[in-house]
Amino acid sequence: MNITVTVNGTAHTADVEPRLLLVDFIRTNLGLTGTHIGCDTTSCGVCTVLIDGTPVKTCTMFAVQANGRSVTTVEGLKQNGELSAIQQAFREHHGLQCGFCTPAMMLVGTALIEENPDPTEDDIRWAISGNLCRCTGYMNIVKSIEAAAETTREGASS
Amino acid sequence: MTTTEHKPHTSPEIGGLGHSRRRVEDARFIEGRGNYVDDITLPGMLHMAIHRSPLAHARIISIDTSAAEAVDGVVAVVTGELLAGYNLAWMPTLSGDTQAVLATDKVRFQGQEIAAVIATDRYVAQDAARLVEVEYEDLEPIVNPQRALEEDAVLIRDDKEDQTSNLCFEWESGDKTATDEAFAKADKIVSLETHYPRSHPAPLETCGIVADVDSATGQATLYMTSQAPHAHRTVFALVAGLAEQNIRIVSPDLGGGFGNKVPVYPGYVVATAASLVIGQPVKWVETRTENLISTGFARDYYMKGELAVTNDGKILGLKVDMLADEGAFYADAQPSKFRAGLFHIVTGSYDYPAAYVTTRGAYTNKAPGGVAYRCSFRVTEASYLIERLVQNAAYELGLDPAEFRSSNFIQADQFPYHSPTGFVYDSGDYETAMRKAMDMVGYADIQAEKEQARKEGRLVGIGMASFTEVVGAGHGEDYDIIGLKMFDSAELRVHPTGKAILKLGVKSQGQGHETTFAQIVAEELGIPAGDVKVVEGDTDNTPYGLGTYASRSTPVAGAATAVISRKLREKAKKIAAHLLEASEEDLEWETGKFFVAGDPESSVSIQDIAFAAYTNPPPDLEAGLEGVHYYDPPNMTYPFGTYIVVVDVDPESGQWKVRRMIAVDDCGVKINPMIVEGQIQGGLTEGFAMSSMQHITFDETGNCLGSNFMDYLVPTAWETPRFELGETVTPSPHHPIGAKGVGESATVGSPAAYVNAVVDALQHMGVTNIEMPMSADRVWHAMQENSGG
Amino acid sequence: MYPSKFDYLAPETLEEALAVLAERGDEVKILAGGQSLIPMMKLRFAEPATLLDINRIPGLDAIDIQNGHVRVQALARHADVVRSAVIKEENDLMAGAAPWIADPIVRNLGTVCGSLAHHDPEGDWASVMLALDAEVVAVSKEGVTHFHPGADGTQHTGGTRVISIQDFLVDMFTTSLYPTELLTEVRVPRYERGGGNYQKLERKVGDYATVGVATHIELGDDDRITKAGIALTSVYAHNLKVTDAETALVGQAPSDELFAEAGRIASAACDPASDTRGSAEYKRHIVGLFTERSLAESLKIAQGGQS
Repeated sequence: MNITVTVNGTAHTADVEPRLLLVDFIRTNLGLTGTHIGCDTTSCGVCTVLIDGTPVKTCTMFAVQANGRSVTTVEGLKQNGELSAIQQAFREHHGLQCGFCTPAMMLVGTALIEENPDPTEDDIRWAISGNLCRCTGYMNIVKSIEAAAETTREGASS
Repeated sequence: MTTTEHKPHTSPEIGGLGHSRRRVEDARFIEGRGNYVDDITLPGMLHMAIHRSPLAHARIISIDTSAAEAVDGVVAVVTGELLAGYNLAWMPTLSGDTQAVLATDKVRFQGQEIAAVIATDRYVAQDAARLVEVEYEDLEPIVNPQRALEEDAVLIRDDKEDQTSNLCFEWESGDKTATDEAFAKADKIVSLETHYPRSHPAPLETCGIVADVDSATGQATLYMTSQAPHAHRTVFALVAGLAEQNIRIVSPDLGGGFGNKVPVYPGYVVATAASLVIGQPVKWVETRTENLISTGFARDYYMKGELAVTNDGKILGLKVDMLADEGAFYADAQPSKFRAGLFHIVTGSYDYPAAYVTTRGAYTNKAPGGVAYRCSFRVTEASYLIERLVQNAAYELGLDPAEFRSSNFIQADQFPYHSPTGFVYDSGDYETAMRKAMDMVGYADIQAEKEQARKEGRLVGIGMASFTEVVGAGHGEDYDIIGLKMFDSAELRVHPTGKAILKLGVKSQGQGHETTFAQIVAEELGIPAGDVKVVEGDTDNTPYGLGTYASRSTPVAGAATAVISRKLREKAKKIAAHLLEASEEDLEWETGKFFVAGDPESSVSIQDIAFAAYTNPPPDLEAGLEGVHYYDPPNMTYPFGTYIVVVDVDPESGQWKVRRMIAVDDCGVKINPMIVEGQIQGGLTEGFAMSSMQHITFDETGNCLGSNFMDYLVPTAWETPRFELGETVTPSPHHPIGAKGVGESATVGSPAAYVNAVVDALQHMGVTNIEMPMSADRVWHAMQENSGG
Repeated sequence: MYPSKFDYLAPETLEEALAVLAERGDEVKILAGGQSLIPMMKLRFAEPATLLDINRIPGLDAIDIQNGHVRVQALARHADVVRSAVIKEENDLMAGAAPWIADPIVRNLGTVCGSLAHHDPEGDWASVMLALDAEVVAVSKEGVTHFHPGADGTQHTGGTRVISIQDFLVDMFTTSLYPTELLTEVRVPRYERGGGNYQKLERKVGDYATVGVATHIELGDDDRITKAGIALTSVYAHNLKVTDAETALVGQAPSDELFAEAGRIASAACDPASDTRGSAEYKRHIVGLFTERSLAESLKIAQGGQS
């Protein structure tokens, strides 16, 4: 089946099997390997991307379902050569260790800040509770998202 | 050794020890440019999927691969019979046992590898793998070690000639006679029987390989999820009969390891063999289910501990008997000499003259493993047992658990301390760490609140663990894995412009080696950490080492880095003398430069020295400023600390919630405090996971009940407690920079603190034990059984 | 893990979708959120020949008020319910239950109607709807004879059917939906003075309920209970509406003793299995406890004037 998916602002057209999972389309067909695979049961969330701005687990969606939609992956976070606020915050606050859950965490954090510019710690923990991390104990992920929200608010008010 | 304050000696620009330097590796990860095994695609690459046994124990009557072979896109189907032709149907384990690569005679656990399909596409490979047909004859599944050791239990390892029972090992430590004598003098014997449940490291990246064997040259390049690439290269040479110089193992970025990526798995071997035979690269990446049901499990120790105590609160001795569920193949990744790892550290942080530890392991119809899951070879189980026992002993004696600990601690002036099971603890100050944690939590206030809460129908508990770890294995005389001594290495090359590259035999899985090891060089040579590139994980380009697990990177490879830096500094001194036209004896070192004593103006920087090393070396000296050091640790290091947990338990439902979690760690000198904190926070979470939800169980047929993340529970940010960290700093006296290692302390120490807290909340009802994981169901039952209804 | 091959259809009108169903409904699985279906396909527990993706059909995603009911259409996501001002204003039980569904990312795709049609006995929405006496609306192509394979000889000629939730939920993973029908909405009656609450014992976010209890009560002017709904998750072969406990409440003045009695009835009515989540005995205890707690919470909401 022929599909066209816009990924990080670029339209990609491909002929795919209906059963091709979106995560494999992104990783294999497009070569964007920042989106990862960590389980078979929609549990770990490392495959999360934004579809039209909403976080979605791409291991539980077929590529054909994304036909005509707009996808943002971790590779799309950097704009005009500038790291986004959340990317900078994850680095500054040691929000990652092995890096495997990081792209998803940053994307979920981005969507959260978009919806709620001033999230509480509980808001953040709740928002990322569909995404597992085995390294950090989440504390610095929370701190990173808090910091990114603050930077974003400052940026918006200045 | 006293507790000391440690401030950085170097400027932030140099970024030596003690600086919370931001991580170098993050630059690629935050842009999604990490390079994990599954991200690697090679031209002509094929994909492998494995057909696994649905049964735990059965004889294989026949294997029919014809339907799988007929699937469009399938290139080959590999069976054990085929591998046997290459002498590859079996392989050695890291504990000197054997393990089937692809089963030929029997299947011995659910999920065991039977056949592998190689296809042009990953989806097709999985389609075809399902079509392999195996005819079985059922055998009794042995699903616990107690049953395994009964006389009439069916023999699991009938492949081994000398094996007449399911006993896998027997090992003991300590002094039986002395311990019996101590027990004879005791006023009370406090005992605890408990099971440390089977767990799995479950890094978010599963295990995998891209095997690329060039059939023309015989060159094998294996991109593997490996925490120990050099050791794996040697195993491959021994298993596959490939010439070791033709094997290059590349362990790229690892999405976590936690011990899961220490063993060699059948999938690696089959993919390599397939690539060799087919002449094309072959990729195999586990599904999560494959990861959980077939690769390195952890724990699964049935322990009985007895503590001999006096009425006035002194410990006289300890007896421990342990039975391990080892699964179908004895595959613990541990030093050869110690059949139950370092479990005999079970005497803990306390000073008493006698201990006797007996251990046995049994084969069962479960996956093999016994890996050191964020743990230094079974130290987690040991620490758990002693810290649970100590609390129960305090209750039995009517003493405060903290005061009971205090009066039995090894005192700061007793180090180096010779333990009754043969360890020599390097340094410690347990009392100070415990008091600090108690201050942080407000110990007395919580104790007082407990009474009041009970009157109000609330249940509050406070639990503590004052753990001692033993990490950094270990001295070559005692420590080896399959004969390889447990040294580690560092190769440092200072380039003419004063920039450097450091190559290591260890392998980060998220610990931040690229950042921290550069800081050691910065400290020792004054080269800014930002000018030092750290390379790991490529056996063609790094010196031999045993790898990263058991918290050994800092204790061993960190020491190697410090020593090679100092060696180069010695050489630099000779060059400096040449440049300054002074005698070496007159030179003094200050971070980054040598100067003539009494004449600070006459100095030469390390960068100038490096340049001279290549452009103007002294006539009697070899050119260059490079070297390699293999560090054989004289002893292990002994990180310690006290963790305190406060819980609120719902008396009606048994649900419990962590109100406070205090962690005071002492890991000696810290290289990078930010990274140390991150390691502790992660470890505390895994301790929480094991105490609250994370375990693998099996039904009576050997069917694994924790085979995916719906059933094998990993806590999310929502359940995970907020941690409050504190520290003391007691340097290791024998480590070149005084560091002890920290990656695993929190996983080792914290489970007992969580359990002690919940037991404490219920202690007035007579509850003395709740098994992990402490589900609400188990807590509720404990209350029911002890409160008369 | 990957699904088997299938045909994929993504019609852009309801008529097209119904035509496909009329033609080969028995080999079709409907794809709405896919958050239960796709994992089952990946594990090969489900291998449908055809997937009918209804996500491109416009006008199927409303959460609104229609004819005295709160209506949740087929493509309304769990997250839409969480965020819905209508739900917040109108229905405490749905508002309270929505955040307990799966995890936040899954909620962005998964749908309420999909969850009902899937009818996993461990699903939360079915209990909520049983407690609320909801109805579902199913449509099929008109003028064609539709057969139900499960029930002998059952047939109808298409069009719109309104089915009470109790008739809809037949048994675990089984509903009274015809293979040729599409579930287009679920709707619950509005109420004046009432409150509802969902209590879920789960081991972690994303876990299925060990025990789930949905309660809803409505109060009359005399402060007596005029209507009560109680339903249980994960403690029976299917989601269980505890009619006896509901009956015991109606007409009574609310009290702790009354709620305790309802808890006892619910506890006796359930039939949980012992498993890795807990023993049957424990689950039974929790049913009683949570029923009591949930009713108390529902009452508090009802008395607080929230409707």
